[in-house]
Amino acid sequence: MISPLLNVRSVSKYYGTRIGCENVSFDLYPGEVMGIVGESGSGKSTLLNCLAGHLPPDSGEVFFDTRTNGPRDTLTMSEPERRMLGRTDWAFVHQHARDGLRMGVSAGGNVGERLMAVGARHYGNIRAQAVDWLGRVEIAADRMDDRPDAFSGGMQQRLQIARNLVTGPRLVFMDEPTGGLDVSVQARLLDLLRGLVREMGLSAIIVTHDLAVVRLLADRLMVMKDGHVVEAGLTDQVLDDPQHGYTQLLVSSVLQV
Amino acid sequence: MNAYNFAYLDEQTKRMIRRAILKGLAIPGYQVPFASREMPMPYGWGTGGVQVTAATLTPDDTFKVIDQGADDTTNAVSIRKFFERTAGVATTEDTGKATIIQTRHRIPETPLTEGQILVYQVPIPEPLRFLEPSEVETRKMHSLEEYGLMHVKLYEDISKHGAIATSYAYPVKVEDRYVMDPSPIPKFDNPKLSNCPAIQLFGAGREQRIYALPPYTRVVSLDFEDHPFDPSKADHCCDLCGSGESYLDEVIVDDDGGRMFVCSDTDYCRARRAAGHMGAQGVPYEEGAA
Repeated sequence: MISPLLNVRSVSKYYGTRIGCENVSFDLYPGEVMGIVGESGSGKSTLLNCLAGHLPPDSGEVFFDTRTNGPRDTLTMSEPERRMLGRTDWAFVHQHARDGLRMGVSAGGNVGERLMAVGARHYGNIRAQAVDWLGRVEIAADRMDDRPDAFSGGMQQRLQIARNLVTGPRLVFMDEPTGGLDVSVQARLLDLLRGLVREMGLSAIIVTHDLAVVRLLADRLMVMKDGHVVEAGLTDQVLDDPQHGYTQLLVSSVLQV
Repeated sequence: MNAYNFAYLDEQTKRMIRRAILKGLAIPGYQVPFASREMPMPYGWGTGGVQVTAATLTPDDTFKVIDQGADDTTNAVSIRKFFERTAGVATTEDTGKATIIQTRHRIPETPLTEGQILVYQVPIPEPLRFLEPSEVETRKMHSLEEYGLMHVKLYEDISKHGAIATSYAYPVKVEDRYVMDPSPIPKFDNPKLSNCPAIQLFGAGREQRIYALPPYTRVVSLDFEDHPFDPSKADHCCDLCGSGESYLDEVIVDDDGGRMFVCSDTDYCRARRAAGHMGAQGVPYEEGAA
């Protein structure tokens, strides 16, 4: 019996009297990709930020299976521990690459930052790893000393992914990783993400409103509406045989070309 | 004496500054906030250093001020005059005779001794400021010892210039704990920070921070394993006193590319010339001559 990597128990977050998300529980197993879909304002980003430690939830527990101490509640652990997790075992890919990158620092420096944050002090090694990771996300080695603001949107997003994965995290949070990119760039990014997730055995939680993204990447799916999870299950099952009224609406709203 | 309280500031203000200094000495490298006062000189002219000096000065002290190593530049002369008028203390240009030395951007060449206090003027006390604009975030980084970002700056230097190009305000780590900005001293002076017998106090007036190094504190300049710290200086000897060890200023002397290198520490250069040393363009030393 494998123990879950992440065990979420009735997490709730309120903004005053309004509901951010309410009573969300699920397990995430190692190597599993979970998709969270729903319309704007349905609480999916709130939930993701609560899980990643960016927002303190009002109630609930989030147990993460740490490498050394087994399952720990990330909400009650001390801030240094949580921030340490944030730059080693966790990764967070923002919707806007600008939020996740240092725009004034070269691509190589962006990738190297996480390595230096965990104690790497050998320039040659840091640079070699940065070249390796830029290669994996299809950024040419001769662009590594350019700043991210000289990159296209798709390249920035790929750079952000390299920067996050360089320390070999086990859990990746993604907030609309393909938002704002044109469809052909989206397709390449998805292809890349799928390869990396499979190759590294990553667990991931992907928040998106794009059903095609979850169809490609996610093993399981949660559908949120008004802060509540209205339906959950295997991705194909939910998308091909939606039970809840809102899920049916969502699936039928996708434009067919 | 005159209408001013001793050393310009009132006693309660000096008490407040002394408390910040003591806290700084107790936590070497930690930036202690203090209620910086308006001083009768503009920010950037050493208002932080002047306040620290005012709080540490006693009537028995002998006071010296240097600006970029020199005793005779505007900043040094005006601050020295300021304390001559408001505190009536003895002043000197001789590093060995001074008990309090206020400095802008240099550490004297003559080794400091126990019982001396070196006061630095600091423009930006936060070494992480240009990488992380948020004060809330930098304070958190200090408290949690998250200093990876400082190396990102050095990484950028090497990737752009092939070597660590930061030549002044070179970041240091104090006793394996706080990363500290040593004020804009040349990195040539960084080794003198460590294990120094004198007390070193840092005052930033506009930014309202005081930090300190007690005597014999270990201070290490940050670097990479394969790009070690290099306290570089101009590859010359002083043209006046012939010293090969001191930090040099390059002086353009005419429109035809003529130049000379001279010690930035004027007192050190004068003392060497008085002792009979002479550089390539030097003339025999005369008492009172420039």
